[in-house]
Amino acid sequence: MSHTVLNCGYVPLVDCAPLVIAKELGFAAEEALTLNLVRQPSWSALRDMLALGHLDAAQMLSPMPVAMSIGLGGLPAQVDTLMVLSVNGTVFGVSNALAADIGVVPFGDAHALLKALHARKGKPLRIGVPFHYSMHRLLLSYWTAAAPDLRIEEITVPPPRMADAVADGFVDAFWVGEPWGSVAVQQNVAQLMMTGCDVWQFAPEKVLAARHDWVDANEDAARRLMRAVFQASAWLDAPKNKPLAVEILGRSEHLSVSPDLIDPALTGHIVPKQNATPIAIERFLQFHKHAATFPWRSQAAWIAHQLGADAAGIAKAKACFRSDLYRKNLSGIGADMPGASEKEEGALRFETAVASTRGHMILAPDAFFDGRTFDFP
Amino acid sequence: MRALYAGFLCWKSWIWVVMTGLEVDLVHAFANDSHMNQNLRILVVEPNSERVREIVDALKNAGWSDVKALAQISALDRTVKEFHPDIVLIDLANPDRDTLEHISYATETSKRAVALFVDQTDDDLTQAALNAGVSAYVVDGLKMERIKPVLETAIARFKMMRQMQSELDAAKQALEDRKTIDRAKGILMRRRGMSEDEAYNLLRKTAMGQGRKVIDVAQALVTASDLLS
Repeated sequence: MSHTVLNCGYVPLVDCAPLVIAKELGFAAEEALTLNLVRQPSWSALRDMLALGHLDAAQMLSPMPVAMSIGLGGLPAQVDTLMVLSVNGTVFGVSNALAADIGVVPFGDAHALLKALHARKGKPLRIGVPFHYSMHRLLLSYWTAAAPDLRIEEITVPPPRMADAVADGFVDAFWVGEPWGSVAVQQNVAQLMMTGCDVWQFAPEKVLAARHDWVDANEDAARRLMRAVFQASAWLDAPKNKPLAVEILGRSEHLSVSPDLIDPALTGHIVPKQNATPIAIERFLQFHKHAATFPWRSQAAWIAHQLGADAAGIAKAKACFRSDLYRKNLSGIGADMPGASEKEEGALRFETAVASTRGHMILAPDAFFDGRTFDFP
Repeated sequence: MRALYAGFLCWKSWIWVVMTGLEVDLVHAFANDSHMNQNLRILVVEPNSERVREIVDALKNAGWSDVKALAQISALDRTVKEFHPDIVLIDLANPDRDTLEHISYATETSKRAVALFVDQTDDDLTQAALNAGVSAYVVDGLKMERIKPVLETAIARFKMMRQMQSELDAAKQALEDRKTIDRAKGILMRRRGMSEDEAYNLLRKTAMGQGRKVIDVAQALVTASDLLS
């Protein structure tokens, strides 16, 4: 096995952990890979760098490869999702002023929160999201669509600036990935109201992406990269490894975020406002368990549907989530494979055992807050 | 890897430029002597005041005096509405680029041009960039005194690409229309025993009588025939 160097783009957020761990703990080296992690200043820059071949692979927001496949936004390039890097891990928060305005709403109650925001009079709500083609934005649109006359304005704010944007009154609320929600709480400028799981219990958040033609031409490198990341995600999800993971990520040059800001996301203990008791959130950020890494074609279809794609667009989206490659490249290292590559999104209300190659796969609940289900035959 | 590139993302009257690597010399731009006679409004988004001065001076020396600088992205919405820039300059390394891109989604985005400034030469990359519709691919970054020619080149190339694209679209549409009209003629010839000329004349007469285009009448006929068969 010859040694391969891969340039892999990422944006410094807690959920880039599988890439950092694959590199720092030697999972990449075991696959004879040198993972050259290249920090990107913005998602648009990352996307262009990947599309033009300056990067071999990259961490991407799950809607990005789908959007590119159906020809939305940025350079036209066919980009594939090799696997899911993380599920969930986002928070919705409001400024202190807005929190006072809407009164007490129980944490994590998507219905009550929407009602409270709706009852409020005044200007349209300005809500910060990290990128137009992000799960944050899709969940925000999906959630607020339940209150059609709630007037909102979506504003893109780079996550590291989200706390400042709230403090300056530039946005009234935000939907952001950790650690940036916790940062806003720590600076005492905002309160967290719910997590992404409260709108969709199992939302694919970041994915490992590469250009379609690169994957074709570099089958072996793609397989080794996927295996290294798969091992890293398994390591990350083991409860006993959490403290060490926080330590490694905190020290890593790749993240430059202090450990106390990484801890809430990795352990799933979210502090909703200053001096409040942390709330334990089940599956706040999932890397591996419950087939989290599996790129379900139905997830791609849901994203495309939210982006307004027609049947042809949904078919293209499904094709870019490469569950075929996942099966081919990861079955050799003992990864359990679900019997199907699509599921009815939103149909699972409880942990559910499903047919799999090794016979013991348990899928996590994936219900939407409004109980809708999505089937894309 | 140092990322040195600039992207021009165009929509409507906007050309949006992402720019970096201003200190590197050696520009390999497309040879193009086209004159940009209109006075472009340029907005520079850059927090570093010294750098702003440098860029604004370079632009003014190049003959573009309608330049505005902005340090804070939060004022962008309003500034765009009031200033109507033709070009926005922003460093690639500036995270506010995602915000700019979002503002572009609110407007028409189907037609855009991109110019890239990179620090390495690679024929495959150059080709990939050009295939992707990049208007100028500049190896070794961008130097201040080359701002004008590079911008002009990219704008000219974008215009050319847009022209080619609209011609291509028109040609494709004409071909599609021709196919539809042929099918409509075929239906009339089969159903009413007409000759090809008679069929076409009937389509044309019907169109004129209804104040519609021949293609619209043909399309209606084909659709109706598909529904009935």
